[in-house]
Amino acid sequence: MSAGLLHAVLIAYTILALFPIALVIMNSLKSREAIFDDPLALPTAQTLSWIGYDKVLSKANVWLYFGNSSTVTVVSLFCIVLFGAMAAWALTEYKLRINRWLMLYLAFGIMVPIRLGTVSILSLMVKLELVNTLTALVLVYTAQSLPLAVMILSEFIQQIPKELKEAARCDGVGEFRIFFQIILPLIRPAVATVAVFTMIPVWNDLWFPLILAPSDQTQTITLGVQQFLGQFVTDWNAVLAALSLAVLPVLVLYMAFSRQLIKGLTSGAVK
Amino acid sequence: MKRAIPWQAVVFLLPALLIYSVFSAFPLLDTLRLGLFATDETGAQHFAGLANFKLLLLDPQWSDGFWNAMWNNLKFFGIHMLVQNPIGLLLATLLSVRGLKWARTYRTLIFLPTLLSVVIVGFIWQLILSPLWGVGERLMDWVGLAEHFQPWLGEESSALITLSLISVWQFIGVPMMLIYAALLAVPEEVIDAAVVEGASSWRIFWEIKLPLIYPTLGLVTILTFVGNFNAFDLIYSVKGALAGPNYSTDILGSYFYRTFFGYQSQIGSPTMGAAVATMMFLVILCGVAIYFYAVQRKLQRYAL
Repeated sequence: MSAGLLHAVLIAYTILALFPIALVIMNSLKSREAIFDDPLALPTAQTLSWIGYDKVLSKANVWLYFGNSSTVTVVSLFCIVLFGAMAAWALTEYKLRINRWLMLYLAFGIMVPIRLGTVSILSLMVKLELVNTLTALVLVYTAQSLPLAVMILSEFIQQIPKELKEAARCDGVGEFRIFFQIILPLIRPAVATVAVFTMIPVWNDLWFPLILAPSDQTQTITLGVQQFLGQFVTDWNAVLAALSLAVLPVLVLYMAFSRQLIKGLTSGAVK
Repeated sequence: MKRAIPWQAVVFLLPALLIYSVFSAFPLLDTLRLGLFATDETGAQHFAGLANFKLLLLDPQWSDGFWNAMWNNLKFFGIHMLVQNPIGLLLATLLSVRGLKWARTYRTLIFLPTLLSVVIVGFIWQLILSPLWGVGERLMDWVGLAEHFQPWLGEESSALITLSLISVWQFIGVPMMLIYAALLAVPEEVIDAAVVEGASSWRIFWEIKLPLIYPTLGLVTILTFVGNFNAFDLIYSVKGALAGPNYSTDILGSYFYRTFFGYQSQIGSPTMGAAVATMMFLVILCGVAIYFYAVQRKLQRYAL
């Protein structure tokens, strides 16, 4: 295949992938008439308008929702990485007979989607009085992502040379200091991979916020946007601005982490 | 166990195992148990054996909806397999052409939609396909097809296919990346040897590269399967809990949601919901089992 044709196909698909996103962001910056008159035109000096953003940022509890999503994502990530790395370390370092079974037990969690346990999760959260709290979401997301995190981190921990920890042990360094001061800093690249992978489904999830924390105070941005779109469906400026605002953080994160993400995705697949 | 477990090991393992057990493993098992119970008018639950499953599979009041959702889910999966994965393979193959310029830019940009929330993606496409805005119609006009434009999302015959294609658009990055990585891992000596022997690049692809990436294609299949039979967000955000028009876009995820929470005059039932979840669990388990015992085993033997 000639290089020209190759690029033509790839460029065509890239446009197909980006066009819908560009269309929304572009039109979110236009006045109402311009959105309808010519949706495919770029905003010009005459048609430029921030009214949609004004409306969204003042009317809806956008800031609160952003805050909720950020809190849930950051705290979940912290728990997943910390507890996941601790468990991965224990499973690879201390050769216990039960390890095989623990690995199998965790593998079950990778294959079976946690959503299927929703009926029981909800009644459990009701009993623990955690419904409509961000804690409920953090616990569920941590449980959901831990198995995969443990698997990925174990792979990395196994590659750490034995001499390092043997030397530390000879010097009388305690097990906890070995883990926190030697192992954890060494597996930073793996931690980054796990973090990027975990962050996206947590930030984007609709199911658990809808079921466990739908109250106005605990809504995440995904659920908030979903409900906002339903309410303001005729106010196109606001709808387009809301969509753009929901896309932007992901775009920014992607720019920052795309290398890491793609590295994780491709190195995981080769195995 | 002879040797005592070092107490530090327990401390390291405890938080992860505790959270995972309480909020993932236990609820999953408890859901399977709950599927065997029935809820009466007062809300009390009592053991009912397989009665829920009999209702679900045989009683028309339940089974019509269930089989409709199951069938739609199979179509949803089928479209992903027929459209998403072959195009993903094609894109990955093009990207892995040696010496291709801007390969990193292409794959980064094509992967982007995968990261967006399904809620956003669903709504963006709703806007594009909406006759009110006319973007879809205008685009088709450019290629002279304007009169073929239909409100595809609103019609019973095309809504499910349209939603599947939206999902394909969003998630194509995953098979593309996985296959791309596998193609890069194909040893260069093998390809060089084939080139020296005079094999065409077409033959190299079909007879060398493709067989070598069969395990990845298997993985892509099972990931697509689990993802599709667990899907919910797209249907819910575009079509609501009723999966209209006339349940034509209902899949197991949305059927599960309605059974559990109820809709319109139908009261939600946690135990029937658990029974639906159990059925979904079994479907996914069957898929995973077939993959491990039939596909993966054969592939490994093939690789030897």
